[in-house]
Amino acid sequence: MNTQPLLDIRDLGVEFDTADGTVQAVTGVSLKVMAGECVAIVGESGSGKSQLFLACLGLLAANGRAVGSARLVGEELVGRTERELCALRGTRVAMVFQDPMSTLTPHLRIGRQLTELLTDRGLLGAAEARQRAVAALHSVGIPDPESRLDQYPHELSGGQRQRVAIAMALIAGPELLIADEPTTALDVTVQAQVLGVLHAAREKGLAIVMITHDLGVVAGIADRVAVMYAGRIVETADAAELFEAPAHPYTAALLASVPRLSGSQPERLVNIEGQPPRPYEKVPGCPFAPRCPSARDLCRATEPALHDGGNRSVACHAPLPQGWVR
Amino acid sequence: MSSGGRGLLADAWRRLRRNRAAIAALATLGALVVASLVGPVLSQYSIDQVDWSLATLASPPSLGNGHWFGTDSNGRDLFVRVWAGTQVSLLVALLATAVSLVIGVAWGATAGYLGGRVDDWMMRFVDVLYALPYMFFVIILTVVFGRSLFLIFLAIGAVGWLTMARIVRGQALSLRHQPFVDAAITLGLPTHRIIARHIVPNVVGTVIVYATLTVPQVILFESFLSFLGLGVQEPLTSLGRLVAEGAIEMESAPWQLLVPSAVLATILLCLNFLGDGLRDALDPRQR
Repeated sequence: MNTQPLLDIRDLGVEFDTADGTVQAVTGVSLKVMAGECVAIVGESGSGKSQLFLACLGLLAANGRAVGSARLVGEELVGRTERELCALRGTRVAMVFQDPMSTLTPHLRIGRQLTELLTDRGLLGAAEARQRAVAALHSVGIPDPESRLDQYPHELSGGQRQRVAIAMALIAGPELLIADEPTTALDVTVQAQVLGVLHAAREKGLAIVMITHDLGVVAGIADRVAVMYAGRIVETADAAELFEAPAHPYTAALLASVPRLSGSQPERLVNIEGQPPRPYEKVPGCPFAPRCPSARDLCRATEPALHDGGNRSVACHAPLPQGWVR
Repeated sequence: MSSGGRGLLADAWRRLRRNRAAIAALATLGALVVASLVGPVLSQYSIDQVDWSLATLASPPSLGNGHWFGTDSNGRDLFVRVWAGTQVSLLVALLATAVSLVIGVAWGATAGYLGGRVDDWMMRFVDVLYALPYMFFVIILTVVFGRSLFLIFLAIGAVGWLTMARIVRGQALSLRHQPFVDAAITLGLPTHRIIARHIVPNVVGTVIVYATLTVPQVILFESFLSFLGLGVQEPLTSLGRLVAEGAIEMESAPWQLLVPSAVLATILLCLNFLGDGLRDALDPRQR
């Protein structure tokens, strides 16, 4: 780890001012994404995984606030003006959203949307931009890209639209792509196509942050996984290691709740008892303690810090022993 | 600039041509415009010429004496006056609507998209103008700048944009939380471009419909101003004025009311059909 990370998030918090007081959506998250790496952010709904990266891009809602630091190739993102962030978006970092049905502007032709950034920044002339758009659609596996450019978004299927959205995000050659549940709204065969597109982009050196709650997607594409719970990162590890031997009880419980087809099948799907803490409540101790099978008094009293162990970090007073088998 | 060969407008035109009612309305409007330009030239009379040769000053339509639409109570040829009035009414309506459209859409879209304090201030400004009495505003304008046709465009447009701004702002407020706006932001597009390219075209349907409703209002408001002596001045006239004058003589000389009313009604009907057709044509999700 001697090279500079592409994205270096340090102690980042996200707060929202609401009528019920300040809600802490993300608390003290630190994460590094190296160039060309694919990091998956896993967590259930409301764990703050999306807000973390929306904060990095300056896209929080009006009542949201980011504190801490997030650096993109050494450039601080937190607290920058809209204009400064605008210059970074699209060319250095881009984002793909969950619902492909609504991420394309309905009244603009595909070609116009794809080339808008290029022509607006004066990066390319109209003709070159169109050629670039054809190449971009080709690279995400859209057949007959020439004629697709003249179509409107509603003339494309959901999977095609998501691939167009990816092509659009990548058209100005960003180094980092943040994909916020890019496959959640798609059916399984189409998911595979979209993941294939992201795979191909990775092979050309793109770094990807994949926000998801689908562990199958994680297993398919990620180098490294960060598991989030209640606005904190509770465990990070190489993807293979994490699946092989989770150290945090929450990770273990999450993996155990995935239905599997092979091996001995439990009679019922395992679920995690209880609910995640409400973000308004400030509970002492580990946020997972009330649901944790191995919680002790220490867990309920003091919150464990994320113990940095090189390839694997875990925030737990009683991590599961390595070699522990599900 | 165009990356798709055909632009949004060319595309809309292609769809508009398939709408029979809209095309018929467009053709009728075109015919009326041509008639209003050519009509006064065809007649042997001029707009302020009193025909003393008539038995009564107000004479009914007749092919024989050349007063095809009859004459008004002062013995002036109605054919010439109706077409001259049509010119004025169409001009006032189109320019005033265009003025209110441009200001209203730009103002409303900016306020709605930016939101927050900017939105508050921009819309409070609109509220203040709303509270100002309409007539008071127009009277001040005429006193300060003197009477002219352009002043009427300006005055009507300057007041008409308020409602347009409110409508567009409401639409922009809901549009700015659409995922495609977030996508455009993460793409790195500057704010003014997002407003112009991703917000404004989305409100076109509403705006067009409202604009077609505004045109009749403007025509009627202009006749009201003229009635008060603040609008078009004699011998120049407008459709609204002719209708108002005709209404007085409704029982003795019905043609004075019927002819300008028929032209006015035709214009308004055509604009409504055209507005309907345009709204459908500008929405790419239609067919």
